[in-house]
Amino acid sequence: MASRYDRAITVFSPDGHLFQVEYAQEAVKKGSTAVGIRGTNIVVLGVEKKSVAKLQDERTVRKICALDDHVCMAFAGLTADARVVINRARVECQSHKLTVEDPVTVEYITRFIATLKQKYTQSNGRRPFGISALIVGFDDDGVPRLYQTDPSGTYHAWKANAIGRSAKTVREFLEKNYTEDAIASDNEAIKLAIKALLEVVQSGGKNIELAIIRRNQPLKMFSAKEVELYVTEIEKEKEEAEKKKSKKSV
Amino acid sequence: MALQDVCKWQSPDTQGPSPHLPRAGGWAVPRGCDPQTFLQIHGPRLAHGTTTLAFRFRHGVIAAADTRSSCGSYVACPASCKVIPVHQHLLGTTSGTSADCATWYRVLQRELRLRELREGQLPSVASAAKLLSAMMSRYRGLDLCVATALCGWDRSGPMLFYVYSDGTRLQGDIFSVGSGSPYAYGVLDRGYRYDMSTQEAYALARCAVAHATHRDAYSGGSVDLFHVRESGWEHVSRSDACVLYMELQKLLEPEPEEDASHAHPEPATAHRAAEDRELSVGPGEMTPGDSRMPAGTETV
Repeated sequence: MASRYDRAITVFSPDGHLFQVEYAQEAVKKGSTAVGIRGTNIVVLGVEKKSVAKLQDERTVRKICALDDHVCMAFAGLTADARVVINRARVECQSHKLTVEDPVTVEYITRFIATLKQKYTQSNGRRPFGISALIVGFDDDGVPRLYQTDPSGTYHAWKANAIGRSAKTVREFLEKNYTEDAIASDNEAIKLAIKALLEVVQSGGKNIELAIIRRNQPLKMFSAKEVELYVTEIEKEKEEAEKKKSKKSV
Repeated sequence: MALQDVCKWQSPDTQGPSPHLPRAGGWAVPRGCDPQTFLQIHGPRLAHGTTTLAFRFRHGVIAAADTRSSCGSYVACPASCKVIPVHQHLLGTTSGTSADCATWYRVLQRELRLRELREGQLPSVASAAKLLSAMMSRYRGLDLCVATALCGWDRSGPMLFYVYSDGTRLQGDIFSVGSGSPYAYGVLDRGYRYDMSTQEAYALARCAVAHATHRDAYSGGSVDLFHVRESGWEHVSRSDACVLYMELQKLLEPEPEEDASHAHPEPATAHRAAEDRELSVGPGEMTPGDSRMPAGTETV
């Protein structure tokens, strides 16, 4: 039955599905994991770096992009689709500043991206964008924000979320471990993001890319070394926690 | 939908955030003739001439204006209101062509209201000024004449912008617009301080407009006074310009008891005394917060 309703995007199935949109969501699930965390004074984005071919220049594969000085996003899904969306979002950020003099709020640019995605679910001859995005940043009033959009064009605000491959596992980890203590300091929030990714990423810190925005500061991408430092710290903490446990059980 | 493409039909822009400026009703401009020359030859003499002022101080923004709408030498309306509210925290003083000002303010109100509904908060005064100047600059060269000061209180406190229909947009602390503005500037520049009290600010604004109406033929009627505070705008008073001016002059007249001893010498040395008084009027006599202003020779 499904095959009769997934040809054209503009057709609903009898039970109310838009199959193209759902297939787009499947495409997102094939992309590498991205996690976003909203701390008290910091927002963190972490992505799983896909292993590159030997001859490929690693720097050209970027999954975390700045949309403006105070907003950035990470995506999961089709890289080419993401490039188009990011470009439109960047233009919108500047147009907003031109017309209205104020920088965009995180919610505004999220809504713009979501509206863009929705348009493509309701146009003929076009397919939806095959990406989900995590958009983070600080507004003028200093409040940190994290939003997630999906191919259908809906968006929601989150305290912490994950998208892409193994998003479910990461989200469950976050639900268990996102506490007021966990985000109490900037370092703790960063460690939480890395810990969440380590749950699903093979071969540890080498395959993690991290970026943060602190209030009133531009996006900071972490170098591999800095990520390694955090990973070693996390592993040390784990060992100590295990030692304590084994002591208790004795 | 293929038919839609073939016919090149576009649905009207009804939805969401758009970086494009609003089309402002899409008013058509007559083709083939240069509007400016056309208006100069055939057009009505549009209403110009006014005194409006606005200044920003610690407790908000004061906007004051006269109420005379003149059309050349004909007073079209002696009691018009030249301060237009845009929303709870934004006022605009208008000068130039009354019709243009009224229309563009309605367009600005619409824009701001739409943005408020979409964004969940009102745009800042800077945004409003930017929108207004951008909308009007599209009609540049078509004889639009709107010179306005946007006075508002937003997240960054009291804000004041001057917007002109050629697209000029300036932020400042004091603006006076209109044919009576030189006279008002004189008074304002003398008495303005950011740390004034509210009463001092009211007195300064009334004084400036009253003096402008005294000297400028196209300003007169009454003096409207508005105050934009953190809680919103408020119409403080409307006082007759002539009465206000007389009251200001009375404040300058010396007290009768003080004068008794000087009564006799005064008439004899009237002219010289007047000249001396004029010369001696300087920074020393003007104390901040004093609504009395340097007098002319009228008491003689």
